[in-house]
This record gives sequence, structure tokens and C-alpha cells, in this order.
Amino acid sequence: MNYNWHWTVLLEAEPGGTGSYLHYLVVGLGWTLATALAAWMIALVIGSLVGTLRTTPMKWVVRAGNLYVEVFRNVPLIVQMFLWFFVFPEFLPTALGDWIKQMPPPWSSYVPAVLCLGIFTSVRVAEQVRAGINSLPRGQRMAGIAMGLTETQTYRQVVLPQAFRIILPPLTSEFMNVIKNSSVALTIGLLELTGRARAMQEFSFRVFEAFTAATVIYLLTNLIVVVLMRALEKKVRVPGLIAAAGAPQAGH
Amino acid sequence: MSGFDFDVIQRSWGYLFREGMSFTLTLTALAMAGGIVFGTLLAMMRLSSMRPVSLLAGAYVNLMRSIPLVLVIFWFFFLVPYIGAWVIGAKDPIKVGAFWSAAITFTMFEAAYYCEIMRAGIQSIPRGQVWSGYALGLDYWQTMARIVLPQAFRNMLPVLLTQTIILFQDTSLVYVISATDFLGAAAKVANRDYRLVEMYSFVAVVYFVVSYGLSTLVRRLQERIAIIK
Repeated sequence: MNYNWHWTVLLEAEPGGTGSYLHYLVVGLGWTLATALAAWMIALVIGSLVGTLRTTPMKWVVRAGNLYVEVFRNVPLIVQMFLWFFVFPEFLPTALGDWIKQMPPPWSSYVPAVLCLGIFTSVRVAEQVRAGINSLPRGQRMAGIAMGLTETQTYRQVVLPQAFRIILPPLTSEFMNVIKNSSVALTIGLLELTGRARAMQEFSFRVFEAFTAATVIYLLTNLIVVVLMRALEKKVRVPGLIAAAGAPQAGH
Repeated sequence: MSGFDFDVIQRSWGYLFREGMSFTLTLTALAMAGGIVFGTLLAMMRLSSMRPVSLLAGAYVNLMRSIPLVLVIFWFFFLVPYIGAWVIGAKDPIKVGAFWSAAITFTMFEAAYYCEIMRAGIQSIPRGQVWSGYALGLDYWQTMARIVLPQAFRNMLPVLLTQTIILFQDTSLVYVISATDFLGAAAKVANRDYRLVEMYSFVAVVYFVVSYGLSTLVRRLQERIAIIK
């Protein structure tokens, strides 16, 4: 293949005047992580809540939970991104909607991106939490009730601590999915890692150097997440509690 | 709500479905077919007893699964013209339209995901099935094609179909290379007529109806298969 590699481009100054292209990409990684972490917090809170509520015997709560999951699972992420960015502010009171639209540049894309990714991921976390709870033997819950714990106490002290340990590996891959999915935010103007690699390609015409650099940065990030999560798994492991091997799942 | 004009959907209906949705559906079908074939081969490679073969397939699958789809779309958008030139021996990168670029991207990307599903499917078949195939005098390819893969496909059918629904949704990301898929077509109308709210809401509703309908069918299928098992 006829392509002249020109790696020193990474050390050349980017036209915005903030430093080298490499620095420009690393700042992009910063935005990727800032988006992913904030979204992950939202996803964990809402996902745990919805997932847990869907295992309770309250019929209408379960139905509402199912509706929430189906809505946000069956619309493509990029479409949801556009809904949060273009459509959502129009349905708020005018003053609030205008305030959101007029936020200074990175924030006007960052806030919708975080909300969108947070809700999108919460659905997937909710599914994992529900699966984790349902994978526990029913005797665990019965034993809790038999010991005189209330329903809430049983969840807090018996069911959830076990369920979360079981679903730690799938949650790790969900966390890596948020990092990857945050790249979709480039469509609403957030200059995260992929967006910056694309911008670098447009400024410098060095297509493959830009994308190779971004790819390597993503791979290193994944590696670090895997190592950290392994350490966490080890730390919270309860001797004798065997984590179930995950069934194959569809993903993206 | 008074400032909204939902007539724009009626006016652009033909364009949205004839141009946009047909692009989306063709791309989904091609990438599914290509992805399952290539993914099954990758799964067989990953399970191969030849170490270099399984390492190569594993590296490919892990690479594809660790970088964002948007980045993969960009990669192939710029890479395919070079590969094309290399294949036909041309000196300069050849021109490849957005459709074929997207078709190659999604085939290659989804293959990694279909591979993991097929790998689990193949591993779910008891080893005795393979041994009895060999004992009957079949070679590796015959055993795979006649004994292992038909059962693996059947076991994995619901997951393969769920992955295809995700693929259907993910094809909307070709927006980033300005292809005219369903979302791309809607975005063009939205920007031309300045009807972003109406068009994007409509797009969301259509994607929801199709994906939800299909996933309900998959769930039914899953129940039926579960009973037979």
C-alpha cells in the first residue's frame, strides 16, 4: 500500500494553538473520560434502582420499569443524542430551554451527552442488576424474611450485596461500553478523543497517524480499566461465593 | 407545541423510506449475512488448535471490541480506498461510495461480535458430537458443517437475532460519513426545512417501533426454542 507514514506530525502544533497534536488528543481522552464517568454515575444510580424495582412484586412498578427499559433500549444511541441535544430543550419552559442552548461551547454538548449516555447505559445496568438478583437462589430471600428482616432489609443486607458481586464482570464491560459510546457525542459537537482524531485528520491530512494514535489510546485505556476492575473484583470477593459465568450476550 | 409542523413528515415520507430506510435495511442485511459468515470463520479460527491461527483471530476480535464503532467507521472510510487500490493493483486510492464503505465496515465490525456468539455456540456442543463425527470418517470441515454448526446456530439463534437488531440500530452511525440512511435522510430534511424537533422525534418513533417489534418476535422464538429443548 502506498502510504507515507509521517509520525512526527503528532509533535507538530495543532492550529488551535493549545500545543502539539498529541496533547490535543490526550485532552480529548480527558473529555472522553469526563463524559463516561459522569454518565456512569447516573447509569449506576438509575440502573440499580430500576433493576431492583423490577424484581419486586409490585406490579405497576415492574411495568413502569419495563417501559423505561424498552424505550431507551430500542432507539439508536445517536438518535437519543439528537433528542437530548435538539429536541429536549424545546419541551422545557422557554427560559430553561434557552439557558441550556446558550451554555458556553463544551458544556452545551457535554451536558446533553452525559444525560443521554447516562440514561442509555442505565437501561443496560438495570438489565444486569435484575439478572443478578434473579440468579440468586430464592431461598436467600426467604431466609432473610424468615429471620425477621423486612423486605427492604433483605434487599440491602442479603440480596443486593450478593447480586452486585455476581454482576461485577458484566458491569466492567458496560463501563468500557460507556467509554466507547461517548464517541457518539462527537455528532453533537463534543470534541472527545474520536472527535479530535477526526479534527486532527482534517487539519493535518495525516489520516492514519491520527486514527492509529486514537486507537492506541483507546486500547491503553481499556487495559487500565480491566486491570483496575480485576483488582476491585479481587478486593470484594467473598470466599465460597462463586460468580456465575456470563451467558453470551449481544452487544456493541 | 403550537410552533410545530408535523406535515413535514408527510411531505418527505417517500424520500425517507425509499431512499433512507432502504439504505438502512440493505446495509443491515448485507452486514448481517457477511458478519455471520465471517464471524463463524473467526470463531472456528479462535477455537483452532493451531496457536498462531487462534491468536490472530483473538487479536482481531479484541481489537474490534475495544475501539468505538464511530472510530472504526472512520478507519474503514479512509482505509478501504487504499485496500481497494492494493487489491486491484492501482497506484492511487480508488473511489468507494459511502454505501460500500459502510457495508465493509459493518461486516468487519459485526463479525467480531458474531464471532463471540458463535464461539459460545460451538463450545456449547458436547465434545462427543465432534468425536462421533470423526469416528464416522468425516473430516474437520464436514464435522463442522454437518454436525457442529447446525446445532450451534440453532442454540444461538435468539442471540444472533438480538445482535442483528443492535446492528440495525447501529447502522444509524453512518451519519458521521454523511451517508443517506434513514437518519441521514431525516437529518437532511430536518436541516433543509429547519424542522429538527419533528424529524428527530419521528425517527426515534420509527426506530422504536421496528426494534421493539423485532425484539418481541425474538422473545417469542426464544420461548419456543426453550420448550423444544
